[in-house]
Amino acid sequence: MKDVFITANTIISPLGFDSETNVSAIAKEQSGITLHNNISTSPCYASIIDHKKLDDAFSKIGDPKIYTKLEKMMILSLQNTISQATFSISDKTVLIVATTKGNIDALNSNFEPERAYLPILGNKIKEFFGFKTEPIIISNACVSGILAIAVAKRFLQNDYYDNAFVVGGDIVSEFTLSGFQSFQAISKKPCQPFSKHRTGISIGDAAASVAITTDTSESEAIQIIGDGSCNDANHISGPSRTGEGLYLSIISALKEANIKPESIDYISAHGTATAFNDEMEAIAFNRAKLEKTPLNSLKGYYGHTLGASGLLEAIVGIHSLKNNMLYKSLGMDELGVTMPLNIIENTTKKELKTFIKTASGFGGCNTAVIFKKVKQ
Amino acid sequence: MKKQLKTIAYCRINNNTISINGKSIITKDKDLSFSDFAKQIYKEKQLAYPKFFKMDNLCKLAFLTSEFLFEAAKLDSEIIKHTGIVLSNRASSLDTDRKHQDTINDKDNYFPSPAVFVYTLANIMIGEISIRHQIKGENAFFVSEKFNETLIEHYASSLIINRKSSHILCGWVDVDNNNYDAFMYLVAEKGSYNYSKEIIKNIYTQN
Amino acid sequence: MDALKKELKESIIEQLNLEDFTVEDIADDDTLFGDGLGLDSIDALELIVMLDKDYGIKLTDPNEGKAVFVSVEVLATYISKHRTK
Repeated sequence: MKDVFITANTIISPLGFDSETNVSAIAKEQSGITLHNNISTSPCYASIIDHKKLDDAFSKIGDPKIYTKLEKMMILSLQNTISQATFSISDKTVLIVATTKGNIDALNSNFEPERAYLPILGNKIKEFFGFKTEPIIISNACVSGILAIAVAKRFLQNDYYDNAFVVGGDIVSEFTLSGFQSFQAISKKPCQPFSKHRTGISIGDAAASVAITTDTSESEAIQIIGDGSCNDANHISGPSRTGEGLYLSIISALKEANIKPESIDYISAHGTATAFNDEMEAIAFNRAKLEKTPLNSLKGYYGHTLGASGLLEAIVGIHSLKNNMLYKSLGMDELGVTMPLNIIENTTKKELKTFIKTASGFGGCNTAVIFKKVKQ
Repeated sequence: MKKQLKTIAYCRINNNTISINGKSIITKDKDLSFSDFAKQIYKEKQLAYPKFFKMDNLCKLAFLTSEFLFEAAKLDSEIIKHTGIVLSNRASSLDTDRKHQDTINDKDNYFPSPAVFVYTLANIMIGEISIRHQIKGENAFFVSEKFNETLIEHYASSLIINRKSSHILCGWVDVDNNNYDAFMYLVAEKGSYNYSKEIIKNIYTQN
Repeated sequence: MDALKKELKESIIEQLNLEDFTVEDIADDDTLFGDGLGLDSIDALELIVMLDKDYGIKLTDPNEGKAVFVSVEVLATYISKHRTK
């Protein structure tokens, strides 16, 4: 099988409009989550990208009035990634778009409701950059972003494409917020993953993108060495009590990577900060013998950015490898799960080679992808 | 490295007709709504799975299609457990998304329903099929303008070549307002029918 | 009280899509979750919405829900004490 690498990458979030700015904000323990008074029937914590800042940045490359907020975030992210990539768009380049809800705000906005169809979102992005192949759209709940990396890797390994640009994004909308409220899942304060004092999730806006290729000349390249995406077969919304699907996904990824759990230097967990999710992850990591591995959830910085989260958090993980830094799991104070976990309580420097990114979502879906830093 | 795949069985449900491996087995009155059609089929098949009635139309359609398909495929339960599921459609979960949106449009009558919201994700249908048959294999849900047999072939082949799953449940399940269409097929290295994306496309377009 | 119980049974069947149940099938003291009607976590959340919408009762603590959703009997007693509409 061919080696597949992630090269250029860009995060668009309230913490900044490129990956480096985002990672330096994380190093300073800054969070994008703030109190908002106008997004719901009552004040609510969320991580939201300012419209004006977004339009100012976007107006350098396009007309902000004809694109939705999500389209602008995704295009802005891809623009930067494409400009940094070592390959250009050919007829063997695939565009993969990952989103949970896409332009769902179009059901109740100035745009036509048809804009909510995901193929339209895919085409807007395709046309902006002149991609030559049909965009591939993945909408697999909250694993969409990280699953998109696995899909790109598999397509490149099997020669269906030469290289890929993957973009993931989701927005805070009244649609999703009201739904999570009906699930009594929204935290009354900024979310606190794995903490005993957590009371639920915060949600956030974000877009993230990466370039994926089999050909890199970087002296320190990030290789995707294994992946798995298995179902719990247990409940459509409740996380599995045994962590089954997540455990199976991790085992599948380790097997493909041909490494033992102790070779993993860092876990970028899903950590939504709901009681059942965090507990499920703790069980799965223990079953996979990863309980001693340093772990964080980045939801304290970004909130839960749905379909973007897995991709966004994988990018931060890549920068962790490159910078040899373990970033604090923001919001963590006292461990609030029944099994041991090694949560990163302070940002620390450490030699890192390999990390695993995991995510889980409604529908019982789970994904795990392992990344390795290779010197060449 | 490419592998020659075979189709084990295929099932189509549209226009209130169910066909297996190209033969129509059940046809109901065309004027019947999808919900009524689905309910009749459930009763006739004596499925005894009360969760069915909690599902939205998209999941009901996916559930029924997979019931007929697995029945025809007669797979060993160990194989079913590790089957990969790769489904796709055009409208994602918009049919149910609109229902959720209706519950929040009026601020004086603002009661979003958790039982509706949970179905505002198209991949929930993969979850429902997985729960029913205890499938813990690979999952992916794709959205495309039309049924994209090439995309599904690429992904199903990748899963088989990368040794993630030996059998893949593939298909297209779309529900949008009053229109619905489902087509599912099981592929593996051994099976009764020749497989190519052209054959699959032909089967899909001719029915 | 009997009218309220009947009304609750009808709403539970309707709201939770209990297709195979009729009002007569649900006894006042039947367990709603677990072995009884076999309701699950989404049904519990749906019942919380029903309490708010039909009776003006806001439950925000899921544990409170557990104590209230024991049976139709317990639920009816709770509603008659706390209802605002």
